[in-house]
Amino acid sequence: MAETSATVYLRLYIAGNAPNSARARKNLALISRDLAPEQLHLEIVDVLQEPLRALEDKVFVTPVLRKLAPPPEAQIVGDLSDHAQVRSVLGLGEVER
Amino acid sequence: MHDRADAQQYPVVCKVPTGVPGVDEITGGGIPQHRTTLVVGGPGSGKTIFALQTLVNGACEWGEPAIFVAFEENSRHIIQNAASFGWNLPELERQKLFFLDARMPAETVLAGGYDLAGMLAGLQAKAAEMGAKRIVFDSIDVLLTLLGDVQAERRELYRVHDWLSSTGLTGVITTRIEGGVDPAFAEHFGFLQFMADCVVLLQHRLVDRVSLRAFRVLKYRGSGFAENEFPLVITPTGIEVASVGVTESAMQYPVFTERVTTGIDRLDTMLTGGYLRGTSLLITGSPGTAKTTLGGAFTQAACARGERALFISFDEAAAEVVRNLASVNIHLQQYIDNGLLQIHAFRSESRSAEEHLIRIKRLIDEHRPRCMVVDPLSALLKAGGHVTGPAVAQRLLSLTKQQGITTLCTSLLAGIEPESEASPLQISTIADTWIHLSYIAQSGERNRALTIVKSRGTGHSKQVRELVLSNEGLTLSDVYTAGGAVLMGALRAEKEAQEALAREQMQLDAERKQRALDEANAQAQARIDELQREMALRQEEMARMQREQELREQGWRARQSEIRATRGGDVNTALTNYGDMPLEQRDIDTGGGA
Repeated sequence: MAETSATVYLRLYIAGNAPNSARARKNLALISRDLAPEQLHLEIVDVLQEPLRALEDKVFVTPVLRKLAPPPEAQIVGDLSDHAQVRSVLGLGEVER
Repeated sequence: MHDRADAQQYPVVCKVPTGVPGVDEITGGGIPQHRTTLVVGGPGSGKTIFALQTLVNGACEWGEPAIFVAFEENSRHIIQNAASFGWNLPELERQKLFFLDARMPAETVLAGGYDLAGMLAGLQAKAAEMGAKRIVFDSIDVLLTLLGDVQAERRELYRVHDWLSSTGLTGVITTRIEGGVDPAFAEHFGFLQFMADCVVLLQHRLVDRVSLRAFRVLKYRGSGFAENEFPLVITPTGIEVASVGVTESAMQYPVFTERVTTGIDRLDTMLTGGYLRGTSLLITGSPGTAKTTLGGAFTQAACARGERALFISFDEAAAEVVRNLASVNIHLQQYIDNGLLQIHAFRSESRSAEEHLIRIKRLIDEHRPRCMVVDPLSALLKAGGHVTGPAVAQRLLSLTKQQGITTLCTSLLAGIEPESEASPLQISTIADTWIHLSYIAQSGERNRALTIVKSRGTGHSKQVRELVLSNEGLTLSDVYTAGGAVLMGALRAEKEAQEALAREQMQLDAERKQRALDEANAQAQARIDELQREMALRQEEMARMQREQELREQGWRARQSEIRATRGGDVNTALTNYGDMPLEQRDIDTGGGA
């Protein structure tokens, strides 16, 4: 967790206030709470607001979290309730329990 | 149509045509508009093709933009695969079709619950943007497996259903079922069936190692439909469903009184002028009885009239048919060259009978023949899945009748006994004219005999004729019936020779008799002449005698006058000279007068 010097670019696609979308936002906030603001660049796209963009971005289910940078790109589907899985994919390392 | 609530909910079902040959006929107009049609089937049953074909037809024929959501297959692959059907997808994609490759990337990580709201929102916006009318989800079971949890699956199905109802798109959802319904999927399948207004089942199975596909409508809310299973074939231009003769409209076909020649003069005579236009003709017979030759003669005659003809040959190559017919002076090559005639050879066992039927139907649609030969129709029995052979044969004849095509079918019969004069395809009952060819083996040779078993709508000869094949062509000749036996071939020739001899003999006899009579007449005439001569002589003699008598009388009178003159006496004195007078003239005075 300490060696994450580069900024993580994330994009979270949600569907308005759908329960799993709300959960995803909450979970992502929890997961990224130990990152400094400059270490995380998060864009939230509401597919209900920008449906055509979502389609272009090949977003078929919601919520979806995309890691755009640093490589490799990754996609996590779901409400992000599995924190360990999410951290691992985002390269944030293990959380001490 | 299922219960009152449904009937009220859907008072009138509007339908949109699928354009898939046969399907619109079976469903009475197509799939329900603004509603969902569920297409279920095993792998390779043609679900994706069916769904895509519906969209392509909608876009091309009726200008309806559409969206194809692929959960299973890469949309590039679908477009590539469909290229072989001649659908110009890249061009359509630019204007009227939108493909959404909705597969989850392999590197996707699942972390908690999710739903389809995002995709549906995107699709709704896309549909509005392009004015889409139709949408396909192919295939929903893949999507459901991704959800991985029964609750979620059920919830998302509802979501899709609600979304489809609210958008007013005409939806087609495909789903895979393997060998019946998977118990794990049964619950969803039940719901899918419930939520769909129309459910179509596509099946693919092997019968006698031949692939058979079938199409069946399981349900159609608010509408009647043909409930049977119909053969489905994937042809080079897409799916076709053999719905020939589904509706009563199949019974409305043109009826002709025009005759078409059989190609054989004497056969025309036997049928009082030839086959009736638009009827179906059945020629049965054991191998080698010249069934094909009759078909060839009919074909040649049709082409000679300038009519288009189609010759379907099972298990014999087109070139072979042409060569063999040329040996009996039937020349078809010229008509193939000028395009009037098409000969297509099929291998009977390679496909199911239905598939043959669909291919024949396609050829008919392309070539538009007025006369057709199927040689032999009985090959359909050998075709894979033979249980359907007779039904297919019937549908074929019904199809050609509907189109007013005069169709000659041959049918192979195994036995050569007259008792076996029954067609294994049972089409003898629906064929209008039935000609039976048989061998009659006698005195070390086999000869072909032709009988007209029946001919609807025309008179026909009841006599058996001998069919004679030679390199001049095909002729019929009378057979000799002698002592109850029918004589043909060499025996007929012998009998003909005998008859000729007998006739000559009779003629000679007659001539001799004539001569004898002539002679007798001549003799009689001669006798008549002689008697007449005799008569003439007698008459002459009689005339001479009379003249002599007259002369004698004159001499007597002259002498009397002379005597009177010399005597100078009176007349009385003269009269008293009795001596020379006849007694009765003597005036004897016995009284006292003197």
